[in-house]
Amino acid sequence: MSTNELASTISNLILLIFLVGIPVYGALKGVKVYETFVEGAKQGFDIAVNIIPYLVAILVAVGMFRASGAMDILTSLIPSSLRNYGVTSDILALALTRPMSGAASLGILGEIVSTHGADSFQAKLGSVILGSTETTLYVVAVYFGAIGITKTKYAIHAGLVADTVGVIASMVVCRIIFG
Amino acid sequence: MLNLIWLGLLLVSAVTALLTGNLKQLVNSVPDAAMNAFKLSLGLTGIMALWLGIMRIAEKSGLTEKLSAMIAPLMVRIFPGVPRDHPAIAAMAANMIANMFGLNNAATPLGIKAMKDLETLNQVKGSATHAMCMFLALNTSSLQLVPFGAIALLAAGGSKDPTSIIFPAMIATSFSTISAFCVARIMSKMKRYLD
Repeated sequence: MSTNELASTISNLILLIFLVGIPVYGALKGVKVYETFVEGAKQGFDIAVNIIPYLVAILVAVGMFRASGAMDILTSLIPSSLRNYGVTSDILALALTRPMSGAASLGILGEIVSTHGADSFQAKLGSVILGSTETTLYVVAVYFGAIGITKTKYAIHAGLVADTVGVIASMVVCRIIFG
Repeated sequence: MLNLIWLGLLLVSAVTALLTGNLKQLVNSVPDAAMNAFKLSLGLTGIMALWLGIMRIAEKSGLTEKLSAMIAPLMVRIFPGVPRDHPAIAAMAANMIANMFGLNNAATPLGIKAMKDLETLNQVKGSATHAMCMFLALNTSSLQLVPFGAIALLAAGGSKDPTSIIFPAMIATSFSTISAFCVARIMSKMKRYLD
C-alpha cells in the first residue's frame, strides 16, 4: 500500500468514527438522532450562503492577480528548493492570509482548487495548511478585546510560531504522503 | 489590513496586465471567477450540512460535555496558575472540545467566558496573565480535528478523495499545537514577561 492509500484509509476510518460513532452514542443517550441531525444540518445552507460575498471578493481579486501574470512572476521569485515542496505564490498567499481571516483564506483555497484542480498537490497542501493553522490575529483580538487586555505579552508570538510550524509541517507531511 | 491587501491585489494586477500585455486575459478572468465563487459556495452546502448535523447530535447527547469533563484534569497541568476547582478550568476545557469538533459558534462564547473567568485571577488589570497567553496560544494553534471547511471545498471542486486530507491535517496540527505549548511555556519563564 502506498503512503497515499494508507493516509486515505486512516482518514476514512477517522471520518467513520465521527459519522457513525456520534449518532450511535447519541441514540444510546436517548437522543432522537434523525431529528437532531436535520435540525443541525439546516445551518449548513446559511453558512454556505453567508460565505458567497467573501468568496466572490477573493476569487475575483486573486483570479485577476493570476491572469495578469503577477502570480507567475511572484512564484518565479520563490527559491526552487521551496518550490519543490509545492510552495507556489498562491500557497504563500494562503499562509499569509490565514492568521487574519478565515473566510479570506478559505477563498484563496477555493481559487487554488479551481485553478489547479481539486485533486492537485496544491489543493491538498492548501487544505492541510488550512486545517493546521488558525485565524490567530482574529482570535487574539476577540478574546483579549472581550476583557480589555491591551498588554498581550507573548500570546501572539506563540500563535504565529504555531501557524508557521503548521505550514512547514503541512509541507513536509504532504510531500511524504501526496508527493 | 484586508482592505489594503484587496485593493493592492486589484492595483498590482491592473499594472502588471498593462506591462505584460495580459489585459484581455485579466478582464476575461473576472466573470469566470465570480461565477466560480458562487458555484463553490453552493457546493459547500452539502458537506457543511452533514457535519453540522452530526455535531448537533454530539452537543445534544452530552458527548461534548463529557469529553470536556474528561480533559479537565489535563487542564490543571497545562495551566498551573489556575486552581483546580476554578470555573475557568471547565470553561477552557469546553472551549477546547468545541474547537476540536469545529463547533466555532459554540467555541467563541465559551472562550470569552473562559477569558472572563481567567480575568478574576488577574493581579494586573489590562495585562495578560500566563494562563491567558497559554490558552490563546493553544486556541490559535488550530485544535480542529477534522477540517471540514477544506474538505467541503475539495468536494465542491470535484475531488475524487476529498477526505484524504484528514490524517495529514491531524499530523500537521499536532505539530502546531505542541509548538504553541512549548513556545508559551518557554516564554512564560522569560524575565521580561514575569509579573
